[in-house]
Amino acid sequence: MSILVYIENIEGAFKKSAFEAISYAKAIGELTQQEVQALSIGQVDETELNKVGKYGVGKVIRVNTDKLSQFQNQAYAAVIADVARQVGATSIILSNSFSGKGLAPRVAAKLEAALIDGALELPTISGSSWEFRKSVFSSKAIATVETSAATKVITLNPNTFEAKEADTPISVEDFQPSVQDKDFSIIIKDIVRATDKVALPEASIVVSAGRGMKGPENWGMIEELAEILGAATACSKPVSDAGWRPHAEHVGQTGLAVSPNLYIAIGISGAIQHLAGVSSSKTIVVINKDPEAPFFKVADYGIVGDAFDVVPRLIEALKLKKG
Amino acid sequence: MKILVCISQVPDTTSKITFTDNNTAFNTAGIQFIINPYDEIALSKAVELAEGGQGNVTVIHVGEAASDATIRKALAIGAYEAVRVDAVPRDAWFVANQIANYAKEQSFDLILTGRESIDYNGVQVGSYIAELLGIPSIAIAKKIEINGTEATIDREIEGGKEVLSVSLPIVIGAAEGVAEPKIPNMRGIMGARSKPLQVISPIDVPVLSTIKQYESPAPRGAVKLIEPDNVAQLVELLHSEAKVI
Ligand SMILES: Cc1cc2nc3c(=O)[nH]c(=O)nc-3n(C[C@H](O)[C@H](O)[C@H](O)COP(=O)(O)OP(=O)(O)OC[C@H]3O[C@@H](n4cnc5c(N)ncnc54)[C@H](O)[C@@H]3O)c2cc1C
Repeated sequence: MSILVYIENIEGAFKKSAFEAISYAKAIGELTQQEVQALSIGQVDETELNKVGKYGVGKVIRVNTDKLSQFQNQAYAAVIADVARQVGATSIILSNSFSGKGLAPRVAAKLEAALIDGALELPTISGSSWEFRKSVFSSKAIATVETSAATKVITLNPNTFEAKEADTPISVEDFQPSVQDKDFSIIIKDIVRATDKVALPEASIVVSAGRGMKGPENWGMIEELAEILGAATACSKPVSDAGWRPHAEHVGQTGLAVSPNLYIAIGISGAIQHLAGVSSSKTIVVINKDPEAPFFKVADYGIVGDAFDVVPRLIEALKLKKG
Repeated sequence: MKILVCISQVPDTTSKITFTDNNTAFNTAGIQFIINPYDEIALSKAVELAEGGQGNVTVIHVGEAASDATIRKALAIGAYEAVRVDAVPRDAWFVANQIANYAKEQSFDLILTGRESIDYNGVQVGSYIAELLGIPSIAIAKKIEINGTEATIDREIEGGKEVLSVSLPIVIGAAEGVAEPKIPNMRGIMGARSKPLQVISPIDVPVLSTIKQYESPAPRGAVKLIEPDNVAQLVELLHSEAKVI
């Protein structure tokens, strides 16, 4: 019995969520006195691999063949399951990222494992029974999921478990996986990625704006505020429906669910469908000119005022603070 | 081209979510059920393809007879026929096994699901089905184009997209952008009544996990209001009190 944590990289760099997953795996390892190994697939250099040790996991299994240099859902799932079997891992941990969401069910099916998706915290363990908490009903509620399955695949929600540094020397072992040609049936024609911006699903701060902004031409101040805070930008559904912002920014019940440390809502009324996807944010700031806006009921801090007046001032105040 | 669309029903998005039986079961009293919004997008895409002359659409739902109204709505939107697996949709693994079991005899070219259901938010059923059938899958797609036996798909990734091409068959989870949700018209609604709805029995699937308990999120304290001409105070509070900047 041991724990395997799959750590995802983007163009050779591990994501923040990968370090969170490492820390989470390490904590479960301590709870259950199991060894933890990290699995990296694709081309990642030594300096980057050393970072795994920084978060307290010393054993790294590296799979780096030409064919696996780019993400392939079926092939990566086959590799993860194969490595899990080889090392006798009975808990397999992945980030609940876009790629992780596609991998986890396949890995679970291959290993006949229970799948716990979007774990919010460490499990409560008593004997062979593990209990996890996860968001359901688009974060309108939380469910406790119990499993006694011998093998478990667990995906960790980004931003819910803090990556903790704990320097450990690493040893890297190369692994030759058995993959079949049919696992490479998808051809990647293009990858479009805005690398200069913070990715919304992983962001610890999100600046989000709604119809109160009147039109796409007014998003300059939203982006400026986000930039100063190192935040990602988001929007309400009518804003992306109108094409003011891309769909990928739409948060809420029918958009992305996010739970950053800080969510700043500007000119968003706080409809139930919007709140569903954002209410698990740790701190919520609402800027709205209508004192009756429902969003104020779930906010920690609020400013009743005109966004066109408040946001530029907020930018100034933050600049001053930063010096 | 044969298209299968997997439909779940979920509480209307305005529903207040409460629980019964000592918080062990979702309280369905007074809840209006709708087709899961992402499944509606998937179905609308399938109907669009069929209307463009690319095949016909079957919808499949795992659920009890009480969901027949939801299935009829899917038929009204434009599916040709429906299948209901007569069972409580216990969890994603159970549902996926039922659908894969039906689909394996039918050689569908395209199987569409919604990216996730807005009740249990698992993002699992599609990938499970694909794994069970041994075919490729895209869990979250923002755009789908079909050209003969080739699909071109935009897959959502953090901060962008991958443009992928793949030969059918494939399972795809539809997200926003794939299609505009279609609203059934009168002819569709009338026609839906006489379209075939086949009811089949479930297969056995082992239970791997169960929901023990539900809770509502902890309520927040009262909002601290800050004067609009004193934003510096907000910055200070976020820094020293909330400790988030
Ligand atoms: C099935 C379904 C699913 C849905 N899913 C989602 C979802 O996932 N996400 C989502 O966001 N919505 C969703 N909605 C839509 C939701 O019901 C609301 O319509 C939407 O969230 C409102 O967006 P908004 O707050 O930007 O706009 P509005 O409701 O129009 O609110 C604009 C706000 O801006 C304020 N304002 C205006 N001018 C200013 C100013 N100068 N300065 C400061 N404040 C100003 C106003 O006081 C108001 O509160 C869904 C709806 C349905 C039916």
